[in-house]
Amino acid sequence: MKILVAVKRVIDYNVQIRVKEDNTGVVTENVKMSTNPPDDNAIEEAVKIKEAGKATEVIAVSVGEEKAQETVRKALAVGADRGILVKADGVLEPLAVSKLLQKIVEKEKPDLVFMGKQAIDDDCNQTGQMLSALLNWPQATFASKIEVKDKLLEVTREIDEGLETIEINVPAIVTCDLRLNEPRYASLPNIMKAKKKPIEQINASDLGVDTSPRIEQTKVEEPPKRKAGIKVSSVAELVQKLKNEAKVI
Amino acid sequence: MSVLLIAEHNNKELKPFTLNAATAVSQIDKDVHAVIIGQNCGDAAKALSELPLIKKVIQVEAPYYENFVAENFSPVVVKLAENYSHIACSANTFGKNLMPRIAAALDTSQISDITKVISADTFLRPIYAGNAFATVKSKDPKKCITIRPTSFDPCESSGGSAPIEKAEPSGEFGQTKFIKREEIKSDRPELGTARVVVSGGRGMQSGDNFKLITSLADKLNAAIGASRAAVDAGYISNDHQVGQTGKVVVPDLYIAVGISGAIQHLAGMKESKVIVAINKDGEAPIFSVADYGLEADLFEALPQFLEELNKLNTIQK
Repeated sequence: MKILVAVKRVIDYNVQIRVKEDNTGVVTENVKMSTNPPDDNAIEEAVKIKEAGKATEVIAVSVGEEKAQETVRKALAVGADRGILVKADGVLEPLAVSKLLQKIVEKEKPDLVFMGKQAIDDDCNQTGQMLSALLNWPQATFASKIEVKDKLLEVTREIDEGLETIEINVPAIVTCDLRLNEPRYASLPNIMKAKKKPIEQINASDLGVDTSPRIEQTKVEEPPKRKAGIKVSSVAELVQKLKNEAKVI
Repeated sequence: MSVLLIAEHNNKELKPFTLNAATAVSQIDKDVHAVIIGQNCGDAAKALSELPLIKKVIQVEAPYYENFVAENFSPVVVKLAENYSHIACSANTFGKNLMPRIAAALDTSQISDITKVISADTFLRPIYAGNAFATVKSKDPKKCITIRPTSFDPCESSGGSAPIEKAEPSGEFGQTKFIKREEIKSDRPELGTARVVVSGGRGMQSGDNFKLITSLADKLNAAIGASRAAVDAGYISNDHQVGQTGKVVVPDLYIAVGISGAIQHLAGMKESKVIVAINKDGEAPIFSVADYGLEADLFEALPQFLEELNKLNTIQK
């Protein structure tokens, strides 16, 4: 079984986001970039499945600018066998990314495609489901447990009401939740080894997909600031304030 | 053209957020139709028809719709979509799972999690865990939208009498099989709609200690929330998680106990009307959004909190 894992390069989750003064977007210059956190879970799961002898190859793919190569390289350092970078500049909406990934799937013919359930930059939560629709494959979103059973997967999904279990036939798409596993850190020898693993570069423009944006982002603003609060010195004072000032109890 | 709202329900009743989503879509266009897909969902369809904002209900039933499998739902909506300018549903796990599948089939770039309708093609939505808000304008002929339910008030739930039309089911997808759903039943208010939420974080130190949160929540008739750290540590189940990848809550009162306040958690609660933080670390970021901060050991503060509440006899139920 062959597993393709899509990884996205995003602003690191610890970075305090700043909106540009001209309101055209957020500041990305000189800001630490990392792999989208649930994409790390996706890679980890694929590598674990391979280590358990249930997969033969793990391929990491990223769509984005040249520097997204670092994100692919990181996936190679934690166990992916080879990488693919689909080079594309500018704004890429999930629909465009899923169409590009569809082309890669048609070329590589994986049995499974894994990715994070949501990117922490645009918070869209779309790409996996869109790819699944384009391929007409089953989808298991928000996965917190995956069991590989021959030609099908049993997946536990985190839903608002609790947990749901479904079975999906391979080939299939799985989008991963942060609770799926504990991603490993890359060891220094593995980082060195990853430098020798191949990354194929493909230009998005060569894949015959129209990636031009369908959504115009006209303005990006700071969220409304909350009024500064106060510190209370005791529980009694807190309860009095909640009752008499805020009037919420 | 009209707007099509995909109703969220459990085959017996409408899910409450369908009412919030109805408010949002009525701001796009007054001609709101709603589709309800399920099995033996007549009562829920009737409830939907009674929302005064809804002008027509389309009911689609088949045994394979009983468990809301997106692969089965999507073709139904895609077929109906030709008559509508907008397709919308709530941005909860139901809508997040389903809508992109519909959008891709319609070759539309979806707009997720809108918090405001600016015009029929322009919307406001949070990005970067709510650390920025983007105004976005769709250029697609058909719009696919998911709605952040807590950003819109629920609509009236009675007084309407929209006609209910039955539509033919589309076929079954067949590659996806529902096995089971483990719902955590509780008599408490639902986290998403509760007036008061009491949340615990890593500072609770164990699942057992969460009973302190439970007692306070009981007293305040509150829902129980949690930070991702508390869920990851196994103190409490995932359906309680508040944050960027959990639930977004906007209660009148949010009490954060032993929660440091990572931006991913703040994303899920910082629109609450009144925020209380109880934390022994005075530098914890949660205090930056709290209206009332109490720097204290939660194991002392929570029992005192209960005691003080017991002294008040006027607690609103």
